[in-house]
Formats: sequence, C-alpha cells, structure tokens
Amino acid sequence: MHFHNLVDQFWPSTVDGLTVGAIYALIALGYTLVYGVLKLINFAHSEIFMIGTFASLFLLHGLDIKGPQAGATLVGVLLLSLLAAMGASGIAAVLLERIAYRPLRRRGASRLAALISAIGASLFLQEFFALRYGRDLLPFPRVLKKSTLFTIGGGQVRNDKMVVFLAAIIMMVVLDRFVNGTRLGRGIRATAQDPETAVLMGVNIDRVVVATFALGGMMAGVAAMLYGLRFENTQYIAGFLPGIKAFTAAVLGGIGNIRGALLGGLVLGLLETYGASVLGSQWKDVFAFAILVVVLMFRPTGLLGEALSRARA
Amino acid sequence: MTTQPEDPEAAPPPPPPPERGRLAQLTASADHVRERLRGVRRNLPDITGIVGAWWDRRPKWQHWIAMLVALVLAVLAPATSVGRIMAPSSDWKTILFNPIGVYVLLAMGLNIVVGLAGLLDLGYVAFFAIGSYALATLATKQHWNFWAVLPVGVVIAAAAGVILGAPTLRLRGDYLAIVTLGFGEIIRIVANNSNWLGGPRGISNIPHPPAIGHIKALTYGVLDPKPYYYLVLAMIVLVIFIVRRLERSRVGRAWQAIGEDEDAAELMGVPAFKFKLWAFAMGAAIGGMCGVLFAAKQIAITPDNFQFLLSVLILAAVVLGGSGNLPGVMLGAFLVAWLPERFRSLQNYRFLIFGAALVALMIFRPQGLLPSRRRREEMVAGEGGMGRLGAEVMETPLETPA
Repeated sequence: MHFHNLVDQFWPSTVDGLTVGAIYALIALGYTLVYGVLKLINFAHSEIFMIGTFASLFLLHGLDIKGPQAGATLVGVLLLSLLAAMGASGIAAVLLERIAYRPLRRRGASRLAALISAIGASLFLQEFFALRYGRDLLPFPRVLKKSTLFTIGGGQVRNDKMVVFLAAIIMMVVLDRFVNGTRLGRGIRATAQDPETAVLMGVNIDRVVVATFALGGMMAGVAAMLYGLRFENTQYIAGFLPGIKAFTAAVLGGIGNIRGALLGGLVLGLLETYGASVLGSQWKDVFAFAILVVVLMFRPTGLLGEALSRARA
Repeated sequence: MTTQPEDPEAAPPPPPPPERGRLAQLTASADHVRERLRGVRRNLPDITGIVGAWWDRRPKWQHWIAMLVALVLAVLAPATSVGRIMAPSSDWKTILFNPIGVYVLLAMGLNIVVGLAGLLDLGYVAFFAIGSYALATLATKQHWNFWAVLPVGVVIAAAAGVILGAPTLRLRGDYLAIVTLGFGEIIRIVANNSNWLGGPRGISNIPHPPAIGHIKALTYGVLDPKPYYYLVLAMIVLVIFIVRRLERSRVGRAWQAIGEDEDAAELMGVPAFKFKLWAFAMGAAIGGMCGVLFAAKQIAITPDNFQFLLSVLILAAVVLGGSGNLPGVMLGAFLVAWLPERFRSLQNYRFLIFGAALVALMIFRPQGLLPSRRRREEMVAGEGGMGRLGAEVMETPLETPA
C-alpha cells in the first residue's frame, strides 16, 4: 500500500484517469446502445474498436505522415483519421449486425445463441487481423507534438490528453442530443422501451437496429482514433482489455443508459488510476473488477440505473 | 407431440420497399433468396427432433445398454488404430486427456450453471484455475499427495463458487456475466502477480498421483497418458451419474423453473437464490476437480493456462452441443477440443475458422446440435426462447412487419 503515492500523484492521476475514462466511456456507449435496444451483449464490440485503431493507423500510413504536424495540417490529419476510424468502425458494426446477429434475430434465437455468435465473430475478427497484419504491436507515428498546456496542483495537463478528453465529451454530448432530439433517436428510445409497441407505432425496427449499431460503432471509432493518439500503438488484441473495461463501465453506470456510460467510464478510469498508484499498476485490473462487484452489490442496476428508454437517457 | 416444426416466420415476407435504386433492388432480391431458403429449411424434416423423440420413448434398459456400449467404446478409445484416424498429426492418447477429456468434464460442469440453472458464467476457468493451483501449492509446498488434495481442491473450488455467488447471484443475467468474467480475470491476474503462486512462471515439479496397487492403468507418470485418460473418464462417468440424478430431483426441477422464469419460480415457493448458489457451487466443484487432475498431468502450470479464451471455448462447447442436454454438451465439448487437433495442418487458420463456424452454427442451429427435449419442444411450439438467461423476456422476435 502506498497511499503517499496517491497524495503525491493525485493531480497527475486525475488527469490520466479522466483521459482513459473518456475512452472507456466512448466504447461503453456502443455496448449500452445495443444492449438498450436488443438486450444483447455485443461481445464483438471490442473488435469494432480494434478495427477503428487499424483504420486510423492505415490512414496515417496512407498520408505518409512520419513526424509531428502543426497548424492546419495537424487539424486536417486529425480530422481525417477521425473520419477514417469512425467510418471503418461504423461500417464494421453494421456488417456485424447484418451477418452475425440479424439472422438470429429473425429466427427468434435465444440470447445465449446470440452471445455465442458474438463471441465467434469476435474470434474471427481478431484472428483475421492477426493473420493479415501480424501479432506484434504496430506503432503509430506521432502526429501531435506532446507539450504541456498547463499544470494543476503539480499535474501536467498535456495537449494530447486534453484533446482526448474534450473530443470524447463533445462526441458524447452530440450523441446524447441525437438520441434525445431527433426522430430516429426517438425511435431508438421507443424500441428500447417496448419493441412491440414501437412497431405498432410505425417504428422501423430494422432501421433502428442498424442505426444503433452504426452509432455505437462510430463512437468506438472515435475512441479508437483517440486511443491511437494517446497510446500510439495497436495490435490485433488491442480491443480486448479496453472492451472489457468499457463493458464494465457500461454496467457500472447502468447498462442501457447513455449518461450512465459516460459516468461509468469516467468513474472507472479515475478509480482505476488511483488504485494503480496505491496498489501498484499490476493490480489495476483487479481493482477495477473489484469496484464493479462492490458497486453492483449495493446498486444492482448500476449507478444511474437502466434507462435508455426513459427521458433521462 | 408433433414433429413438424411450425416456424414462427410463417407470415408472408414484408412487401418490398418502394423503388429506391440499385441497392434497394439488391436487398429485395437478397430477401427473396433468404425467403426461399427459409422455405426449404421449413420443409426439411427435423432429423434430430425425430430421432430424439424416438429415443426418449425407448424403454429404460435400452438407454442403459447404449450407455454401456458408449463406456466400452470410451475405454477402448486410446487404441493406436483409432488414433491414426482421429488424430494423424498429434499424439492421440495425449489429446484424449487434454484437451478432449478436460473439455468434456469442464463443459459438463458449466452445463449445470448455464444449461440447467440458466446462469450465464463467463469466468468458469477461475474454478479450474483454483483446482490446479490448489494441487500445485499443496503438493509442492506441503507435500500432500494427489488423492488427498483432490477432495480438498473440490471443496476449495466449491467454496470459491459460493464466495463469488453469494454477493452476485442476486444480479440478473448480463450483470452476472460481467461479474463472473471479472472474477475469472481476477484469479488469473492474482496468480500472475503473486510471488507465492510463482508469478508469471507458475509452479512446476508438481508430483504425479501415487499409483494404486501395481496395475499399469493406474500407474501415473510422464510417459503414458493413458492412466490419466482413464481417471478423467472415471470422473466424467461420476459426473454423468450425479447430474442425471440431480436433473430428475427436486433440485433439478427447481433449476429448470429458475431458468425458465425466476420470478414465477420464486412465487411458486422455489427459493431461487439458494438453488442458484447450489448450481454455482456444483459447477465450481466439478471445475475444481478437473483443475486438480489437469495440474497433476501437466506437471507445470502457469497463469497462461487459464486465459479468458478457455472460458469462452467451454461456453461455446455447451451452447454448441445443446445447452442443458448432457449428451449434447459432451458432443459439443468433444468437437471443440478435437476439431482443432484433427486439422492441425490448418494451424494458423484454426481460430479464424472456429469463429466463423460458431457464427454459422448459431445462425442455422441456435438450439445446438443435440438440444434438450424441453428445448426441442419449445422450438416446435415456436416459443423461440429469448428470455432464457435473462431477466427481460422478449416474447416475439423483433420481426413483425411494420
């Protein structure tokens, strides 16, 4: 136990925790949206995220970028890699739904069957990328020159962490507005609440499901691009741990609840980083899961409850 | 009971959407093809359903004879001539123990939790690991012998099941899934980080079980994997016996009721929590037993033996074979263990193919290869089965044309 570490490193840990938490939260949105509508754990979502990191890496390779950029080029490159990751992940998520889930949905298969199908798809995608691009860590070129923006209480806030955090928050606000403010968003909420009644009210379920997967996939894509910016590497199993953590975050906040995913992600990221500074970083994951168990014991439906359907969502 | 399945999709296909160009046309024609295929599938007789129903009606002595024949075949299985066909590119006797025997035993244990009680456990490997580490530590540090550790390992694993279950079994479906997944990872990471358990290098020099008498089939060593195979076979037979008895007892009926609808079961006076805890403990005990045996055969274990992937493979075996049906689960585990060994020449593509096969099988046969009788009847009645393993029952597939 090194509590003095926590005190000494409080602000740096907070900055790190919020950054990683923002990434968890973005991935968690995909789990939460799909769960809210289909009551399905989209186990292959971590691979959707992984595909996003690869897309963003390939774009950087394609643009032949090897060193830090500045000014308009930097903004352009970042936006392009964001679009590439969002596009790839979004398309992958929609294809996944088409191939691995929709046929099961049509046949009224059990949710366990859908979960196994998801696990199968996840294995397939991992192995596909491992065979195609090798099993080693692939480094990202450094696009953004890392520099300290300002310090809070000894914690240096670096520009890349700031970009990650702000971009994540902006995307989440956009998603929240979309789900609460548009026609399609209303369809999503209606389907989450009661699929049969939603159909009777004229909601096109298939379109809602596709939209759900596309939105979740695009959010995973944003997370993937930010992950590349922050950690600067990827691998065929890069999605596994962030995926599990994000799912934990979604459950922590209350699965099916969009704001819950945001809260869960940030809380998990913060606690995990604090835990790592007290117990040592090798115990980080144990600490994260232990928190989940403790929270669920006292709040069995997560911090904010399950409520994609309600207005709070 | 009718054997002609009444497909819930009997309704005519939704009218094609108004003309929207090439993509819409393509989608429409794809839908058309799918509709035709579905029609073909509907008219095919449900072979396993018919055979299964016929088999269920056979008198009991015939069932016993079939089991005896299966047992004799299992005892004769390690023969070299069988190995030449079943596993030309690897040592058949070795793979007969691990992975085949181990997977079958683990799948039967997980089947109690998932198939009978309807609880989704994604961290079953934890109990396997606990059993293995129980033998590894007690045998190397305290010099206990295998036969003494076996019951202790089983009890420790069962206790771990209760410790994990007590706070978490009140959670529904998917929450339980993530908590068990976390537990599996916790056990592995703890083993990886603790020096006492050997850290990432694990524990080696685990002694073999002492021989019983001077019988060759009961003398355990490095050279001959056959005695280990017979030991795992004996455990499998024991577990079959126990599970068969349990299924038909009050406990088994309680598990089925909970799996179907927990609230209704509770209202009918079934103490759901107690029985769920029982299922968890039973499953954990079998996992622990298998772990003890695995560690003894393996001589050295590391945390990498207990990856999340193993939990996934075992769960896949259970669902693939037919969750809740013992012969089905055993068949599923056999296939999951054997196919990758049989097709070693495809080495690199094994998991790629396995993943795709899982998706395909779930699309074409979501109820598993040999579904349980209850599950078959559900399929015939077109009840689907959404809601098994979950709190929220979605009575109809989300397909009604808008």
